Amino acid sequence: MYQYDQYDQAMVDARVAEFRDQTARRLSGQLTEAQFRPIRLMNGLYLQLHAYMLRVAVPYGTLNSRQMRMLAHIARTYDRGYGHFTTRQNIQYNWIKLAEAPDILADLATVGMHAIQTSGNCIRNISSDQYAGVSADEIADPRPLAELLRQWSSFHPEFTYLPRKFKICVIASAQDRAAMRLHDIGIELVERDGASGARIFVGGGMGRTPMIAPEIRDFVPFAEVVSYLEACLRVYNRYGRRDNKFKARIKILVHEMGADTYRAHVEEEFAHMKTLGLDPPLAELERIAAHFAPPPYETGLSDAIDRSDKDFALWLDTQVKPHKQPGYAIVNISLKPIGGIPGDASAEQIDLMADLAETYSFDELRVTHAQNIVLAHVRKADLHALWKALEAADLATPNLDLISDIIACPGLDYCSLANARSIPIAQRIAQRFADIGRQKALGELKLKISGCINACGHHHAGHIGILGVDRKGVENYQLLLGGSGAEDVALGQITGPGFDEDGIVDAVEKATDVYLANRTDGERFVDTFRRIGMAPFKEALYA
Amino acid sequence: MKILTGNDLATGDVIWWTGEGWSIHVNDAVDVGDKGEAIAQAESAARRVNEAYVIEATIDANGVRPAHIKDRIRALGPTVRPDLSLKPADPTAGNWVI
Repeated sequence: MYQYDQYDQAMVDARVAEFRDQTARRLSGQLTEAQFRPIRLMNGLYLQLHAYMLRVAVPYGTLNSRQMRMLAHIARTYDRGYGHFTTRQNIQYNWIKLAEAPDILADLATVGMHAIQTSGNCIRNISSDQYAGVSADEIADPRPLAELLRQWSSFHPEFTYLPRKFKICVIASAQDRAAMRLHDIGIELVERDGASGARIFVGGGMGRTPMIAPEIRDFVPFAEVVSYLEACLRVYNRYGRRDNKFKARIKILVHEMGADTYRAHVEEEFAHMKTLGLDPPLAELERIAAHFAPPPYETGLSDAIDRSDKDFALWLDTQVKPHKQPGYAIVNISLKPIGGIPGDASAEQIDLMADLAETYSFDELRVTHAQNIVLAHVRKADLHALWKALEAADLATPNLDLISDIIACPGLDYCSLANARSIPIAQRIAQRFADIGRQKALGELKLKISGCINACGHHHAGHIGILGVDRKGVENYQLLLGGSGAEDVALGQITGPGFDEDGIVDAVEKATDVYLANRTDGERFVDTFRRIGMAPFKEALYA
Repeated sequence: MKILTGNDLATGDVIWWTGEGWSIHVNDAVDVGDKGEAIAQAESAARRVNEAYVIEATIDANGVRPAHIKDRIRALGPTVRPDLSLKPADPTAGNWVI
């Protein structure tokens, strides 16, 4: 994985010193909150319901064991013993003291981590496929480009004050595991006539106005991607609205301007950008790519696994995915124990996962947008020992992509923007469907919950989505069906009137009953919904 | 009644105006009448509170109860982590929020 050079480290260290001074000036009264707020937000520090919240960047979700242990250290030393892995592949801490925030950032900097650009109207953490570099279906490892874009977008002077926040995703396979087309810019690495390049999608997103990004260019040569993105951002910076924050995302611009007109503006700007020599030389791309060279896999390993332990076999079938290297496997660690808080991990669990990555997965971990953790390079011969260690720490729930593998935002339990609680709904649904056999019988079913219209819980993209709203001071939950963040991307449709806290759990169960009564062989929930439509579900839900 | 709340500038703790200072316990909150904005301004200037605002609340034999669920969660703590609330020994404390 990428290691900071002296320039990266110097930038991060300087930022810590700057923020320490700014914080001291705020605490001494030299800065007002109005002056300080944009500064702390640019350093990932929010003021939430119970305290300050710090969001730490995990670039494209990849980190090493030393960095993971630092996350545990932060949880233990400065927070209340846990962290929350987010749908942006980052981690958040909920109980931060302002006076200690500079010390936290200083500790993070010692392992090449920071909170820069995890908030504010700038280019946020670049997200990517959690199986990058190890999946057999990818045409290239997307992380070198993601890293290049991280460097390009960090402190980019022209894009530090965009009309609104900006999210970029890079994948490299036809199977989309990162909700690519629901980003401001989605990039899919492709090959054409033997040359590598990128398909560019612009103007996707969730939030109050969900949109699927249209394709803006079907192929940009790899060496020109930075110039092309620069053109995309310049057109947005020039024409994007700044008078209304709810109309300021690029998706609104592309929608209102029209994809063809936006594309024409970008092409004009791109032609100009190419004359400026902004694209990095090949040697720099190769330097970055070298950081993502495959680890020293052993060869000649057996693919055989002893499946005689039924619980282990169940975990294998659910959490373990094929690896492109013979003898190895991809392991998904569930942060979704039945009745637990999706994405939360204790300091002890974080430390354990760091240890296990060091022992079994070449010292590397990935955070997924579904709020789980991946160990990407595990020898099949080590799977049983790894499973035993995970099981002992309540990290081996076999529910990947099943109904209890719920994405949930922090909701009204933590978030000052939320209108309703998300986590208790996730807990109750997981408990209702606690039997893993029942979950397996339902098959792939992605359930996503947001506590407000900002959609941090990706409810628009859930096969079943739930949106919490405030109805005259009472929590109410709308149900959506048919969404997807994968390659079959779709936005969920609202079923009708919302439900109370008890009713929404019953409604989810009724929806699964309709699916079970109507599915044909091999159909997932979302397939059946697309075939039979909303009517049978509405009939069951509102009878 | 109207009560004044905000967060401690340095720690971020949720705090409530008691008439003489700030408390982390909502039951210590007093009715600020129409003086809430003025108190908030003065206390913010003195750096004793951050993002202060006035809310509606009721009071009865059980104490002060903010009108909106968001402020009741602020007053108690996250309903999903009673161990981190202000009443960690009372597993039913979360019922007060709903």
